[in-house]
Amino acid sequence: MREVAVVGFTQSPSLRREPDRNEIEILIPVIEALRKQTGLSSKDFDFVCSGSSDYLAGQSFAFVSGLDAVGAWPPVCESHVEMDGAWALYEAWVKIQMGYADTALVYGFGKPSMGDLPLTMALQLDPYVMMPLWPDAISIAGLQARHCLDAGLMKPEDMAAAAVRDRGHAKSNPYAQVKGDYTVAQILAEPFLVNPLRRSDCAPISDGASAIVLAAGDRARKLCDRPAWIRGIDHICEPMDFGVRDLGRSRSTEIAAEKAGAGRDKIDVAELSAPFTHQEILVERALGLSAKTKVNPSGGALAGNPLMAVGLSRIGECATRIWSGEADRAVAHATSGPCLQQNLVCVLEGN
Amino acid sequence: MTKPATAALTAPHHLSYTYKRSLGKVLSAFFTALRDRRFLGIRRANGSVLFPAKEYDPDTSESLSELVEVGPTGIVTTWVWVAQPRRQQPLAHPFAYALVKLDGADTPFLHVVDAGSESKMATGMRVRPRFCDVPKGAIDDFVFEPA
Repeated sequence: MREVAVVGFTQSPSLRREPDRNEIEILIPVIEALRKQTGLSSKDFDFVCSGSSDYLAGQSFAFVSGLDAVGAWPPVCESHVEMDGAWALYEAWVKIQMGYADTALVYGFGKPSMGDLPLTMALQLDPYVMMPLWPDAISIAGLQARHCLDAGLMKPEDMAAAAVRDRGHAKSNPYAQVKGDYTVAQILAEPFLVNPLRRSDCAPISDGASAIVLAAGDRARKLCDRPAWIRGIDHICEPMDFGVRDLGRSRSTEIAAEKAGAGRDKIDVAELSAPFTHQEILVERALGLSAKTKVNPSGGALAGNPLMAVGLSRIGECATRIWSGEADRAVAHATSGPCLQQNLVCVLEGN
Repeated sequence: MTKPATAALTAPHHLSYTYKRSLGKVLSAFFTALRDRRFLGIRRANGSVLFPAKEYDPDTSESLSELVEVGPTGIVTTWVWVAQPRRQQPLAHPFAYALVKLDGADTPFLHVVDAGSESKMATGMRVRPRFCDVPKGAIDDFVFEPA
């Protein structure tokens, strides 16, 4: 295996609504800042890969315009996934492993404020037996939450505590959207949004973008004093049918974590992309995290949720903590699909 | 800019998906049965019954073919209460989305329970389908109500 590291990471602030800028205008300063951070120009990237969703823009091939932020000249070797940018990073990592590239620019972006996001998410469901019922994303997540509560796998207090922790951590994150000092009692006093979920159980809707530079071997060492080496990365998908899944655990996260080697050594920091409090608890358990791991120092997805970039940002947030020496070993998580259907786990190390 | 001599030409534009797709032999049978107010599951390799019927096992990817009639009543295995339905959703008044396990089926599926009020909802409650007057063979031909 080739050694591949995260050597650059930039992001836009997560905002409930970008009033004036379109996706490309959100992305341009993010890429520009990444060029400054790494000293690389567009021609230095052997491969460019992006993650976004045309469903958010409501227009087919909307992702193509994302390249305007990279620069269309000189011609670039690029690809796109209709997935979170974390999966674009996986594709770039494979490209580097195959020897087709030594450096890669990866970015993810989304502007979900343009539509009714929970309803747009219904379009990812089975087109014959699910989607015609227009189940919104909060309702779908709520079915899983009640299953977990009914089965005694967690209590509403546990869910609220996840929100309290993340919002507290997010106070030191200038890019986070939902932050501050909250108490479990305060959150449990909120009315239900979709019983059993309260507003604070749900990640915010965020417009935003983020970008990462990957580099292999000595190239990474030249670009970064302490590269965040990707020591394991894997992603696993479960069936969409809720009836054949165990909604009370995240099997795909468990398998991806095992394949990525997450549990082989201590984990200093974990950044999770779970968009609902009960899902954050399920992912924590699936990763086998102990009290020694600092979970979501950035606040995680519950503090800022730029769809299609939020998973990529988790990898970036882990990398920055390795660069600074705050962590030696970190685990980043990204998710996709209803009720944690598909999960990616990335293990980063400083040594 | 000079003023155009004639008004701008306009033409109607209706965005639509102009193709018809075959549902295949299993889903065709499933929806045809639904039009007749019957529920078809399909037997999996381990003997259990998957509902709704599918051509393949979503877990093992094996081909499936033995259709099994299930329901029409069943139990709610989990639910949420939608207090403020959106315009596109199946009912204009508050309702529940639920996973419902039909009698004779081993897997719950997503549907709607028109319970009237949240206090009528409970995990494990029994439900029965209420069909629209003229079922067309679609998943929204019916909703469940407390049995």
